[in-house]
Amino acid sequence: MSLQIISIILGSLTLASALMVVLSKHPIRSVIYLVVTFFFITSMYIMMNAQFLAIVNMIVYAGAIMVLFLFVLMLLNLNKEMEPMNTKGAQLAAFIAGGSLFLVLITALKDTLILGQTYRQQDNSIGLVKELGNLLFTKYVVAFELTSILFIAAMVGAILLAKREKQIIE
Amino acid sequence: MQAASSIGTSLDFFLFVSFALFTIGAIGAMTRKNMIVLLMCIELMLNAVNLMLVTFSTYYGNGDAQIFVFFTMVVAAAEATVGLSIIIMAYRNLKSIDIDMYNQLKN
Amino acid sequence: MAKDLTLLLLLALPLLGFAVNGLFGKNLPKIMVGSLATGVVFAAFLLATTLFSGLHGTQIVHLFNIIDFDQLQINASFQIDALSVWMTLIITGIGSLIHLFSMGYMSHDEGYHKFFTYLNLFIFSMLLLVLGSNYFVLFFGWEGVGMCSYLLISFHYNDAQKGLANSLAGRKAFIMNRIGDVGLLLALFMLLGQFNTLEFLQIGAAVQQNTALQGGAMFFITLSLFIAATGKSAQIPLFTWLPDAMAGPTPVSALIHAATMVTAGIYLTVRSNFLFELAPFTKDIMLYVGLATTLFAAFMALRQNDIKKVLAYSTVSQLGLMFVALGFGAYTVALFHVTTHAFFKALLFLGSGSVIHGMHEEQDIRKMGGLAKLMPVTHFTFLIGTMAISGIPFLSGFFSKDEIMAQALHHNSFAYVVLVIAVTMTAIYMFRLYFLTFHGAFRGGEALKSKVHESGLSMTLPLVLLAVLSIFGGLLNLPGLFFKGAAHWFDHYLSHSTFGLSEVHNVHLDFNTSIGLMLFASAVAIGVMIWAYLNYAKRGALAKEDTALSGWERLSAQKLYVDEIYHAAFVKPLLALSHFIGKVVDIQILRNGIYALADGILHSANLTRKWQTGFLSSYLFWMIFGLITFIAYYILKLSVWH
Repeated sequence: MSLQIISIILGSLTLASALMVVLSKHPIRSVIYLVVTFFFITSMYIMMNAQFLAIVNMIVYAGAIMVLFLFVLMLLNLNKEMEPMNTKGAQLAAFIAGGSLFLVLITALKDTLILGQTYRQQDNSIGLVKELGNLLFTKYVVAFELTSILFIAAMVGAILLAKREKQIIE
Repeated sequence: MQAASSIGTSLDFFLFVSFALFTIGAIGAMTRKNMIVLLMCIELMLNAVNLMLVTFSTYYGNGDAQIFVFFTMVVAAAEATVGLSIIIMAYRNLKSIDIDMYNQLKN
Repeated sequence: MAKDLTLLLLLALPLLGFAVNGLFGKNLPKIMVGSLATGVVFAAFLLATTLFSGLHGTQIVHLFNIIDFDQLQINASFQIDALSVWMTLIITGIGSLIHLFSMGYMSHDEGYHKFFTYLNLFIFSMLLLVLGSNYFVLFFGWEGVGMCSYLLISFHYNDAQKGLANSLAGRKAFIMNRIGDVGLLLALFMLLGQFNTLEFLQIGAAVQQNTALQGGAMFFITLSLFIAATGKSAQIPLFTWLPDAMAGPTPVSALIHAATMVTAGIYLTVRSNFLFELAPFTKDIMLYVGLATTLFAAFMALRQNDIKKVLAYSTVSQLGLMFVALGFGAYTVALFHVTTHAFFKALLFLGSGSVIHGMHEEQDIRKMGGLAKLMPVTHFTFLIGTMAISGIPFLSGFFSKDEIMAQALHHNSFAYVVLVIAVTMTAIYMFRLYFLTFHGAFRGGEALKSKVHESGLSMTLPLVLLAVLSIFGGLLNLPGLFFKGAAHWFDHYLSHSTFGLSEVHNVHLDFNTSIGLMLFASAVAIGVMIWAYLNYAKRGALAKEDTALSGWERLSAQKLYVDEIYHAAFVKPLLALSHFIGKVVDIQILRNGIYALADGILHSANLTRKWQTGFLSSYLFWMIFGLITFIAYYILKLSVWH
């Protein structure tokens, strides 16, 4: 029973913070709320016993990526400018479109087999580091190694793009 | 199992949260014009999908989906890095991060 | 030498001449080009004589398969029998004489090597036509000679004055021949459909075994074959190309448009005799078309003033005569006339060529006269040719014509009367031509007269040889009255080994009728000769100018206005139709339609282009919209329609 209450609270807090990401005028606030959202998502992973992903989510998203966002915001120094916003009509259209999407998705959910099922207690070990490590270094080892190439490419790309053009010429 | 009545722990609740997160992300991407916020909204949508994948992974008792989520995070990290550098670059050119300013490809 | 090897060599030699002259002729000296071309044809003639002397029965020489699938098998194979060997003898024999003549005649021409290249190709195609053992090989040769004819008619296509006329004449011949070729193609398809083979012998055997075939199929097949024959052999209604074909150099007229190619239609009919025997109606059509052609062509020849045009109409008329014989089923008689006609018509054409050469390209008989003293050899040989074609007794034309007349008298007295008229007109126009050209005073002016000369040996030698043949050609097929043992040699020769001909027997009239017929024919020919001598040589009557012609003369000179009628009936409506399609259908419908289509696309593209706002949020909006539709579709598919 308490688990139920906790999950409902966590769920509503996740959605609320996610809404605040979208609604807050200032980008810095958005970033902060996004970090909060990621925290709650992490907590959900823990509830589903996906321990490895919970930790990775915490480190990569809430840690690395969000710091990157903050850095960029600081670099650009946007404080003085007014935040650009869409027109009211466009916003209304966006909300209607989003609402319909949500309705459709919920309708799809209505018929799924998963409805009313809890996670299986006997299988809850799959999210552990040991299990995933086994999978990652056997079945998916090639893909795992290839990610390093992806990261190198991303690094090189980021450095090249962020450099000033003059420096590139020199 | 008596889980049918326990709404909190049933997996469809997580799916519901996932859909809601995705919708919020989509609405944000449509309403906001700040490129950095747009990137954040995309991250939000990615996380919604991750959450859904983990939910199904738990339901089927299969670890493959969680590995997939892991790779999604890898790609998201790379994407955020490159995306943010592009934003810096774009800001240098037009001194603005309003996405509607960048429509030169239209004509 | 084995027969098949001889045959292949016989075919290969003209092809070799064609290849060598075509590829290297431009850089070779003229004497080499001419000697090579003449030499290969003469060698082919010698080979043909060995075939002729060793001939017994029918022999097939198989070379390779052209088409071979399922039940259809078409071979490149050749047939050695009396008919094909005889045609080969004519083609190579007359051909080599005309090649020899051309060496002198074309000596000043720039396209010397080109001319001999074409001539050799023509000989090759013609040999293919007559030697092929099936209709397919025949068709190859048929098209080949048509093409060579076209190339040679418009040979002087870049001549300053007559270049355009030459090209047009070539084009006309080509198109007219094409109409006939369609007939041949149709016949080929129908034969394939009926017998599943194109081999002469197989079709012949099938026809003989199954006499139930006499229905409509035979009629249409033979009619198509006859249409093909009318195209190639210049019969009504497709005869108008042959007079125009005289635009080509004179040796070409002699070889292609008198002696060999135009007889391809007769060859085709004789070759297909077993088919025609089953289609009496086609034979009737052939008879009356032949009659009309021989009569009208002879009439048109009466008032022509171009020396070659007279001979051209004469050729058409003689070909008509051959078709009359074919119409009576007298195949050997027709072929006999083909042979004698090849002799004397080649002689006449070469004689006219010699005259034209001596007169420096003047062809109008109104400018000639008195050439007998200036060109004695030409004059003498031309006289023999004239006498032969007019049917003066004991020359070759006398016998072959008499045979046809005899057939006509036996079968159809109306045809006989028409033939008598036509033959009389033949004698009239030929002697008119002869006397106007060689007797009286020279009308071409003194300047020209001093330049007129007798032709060289390479031109007179063929003339003399052909004159000899024209005199003695009749001995090939003497009527039964004289030398009973030697009579009808040609009939027996052909019937001996040509498929189907042994089944057909010519009528032989009794002694008194034959004698009467001959006396009558001789009287007509000699009478006309005397009349012409009195009229043209003694009295000095001249060819009238165009303006002075009376009613029927004008009709003859204007060729019965056939060209004009064809122009009004076929060319003009076609032009109008083309004009309509070009101006209305093409521009109004096709062009404007495509423009409208392009405009529509442009407008719709401009409309949809507005969709591309360049704003990311709107793209996202549409993306979401698509996503919704997509998911909604699957939900509906699963829940509602399932």
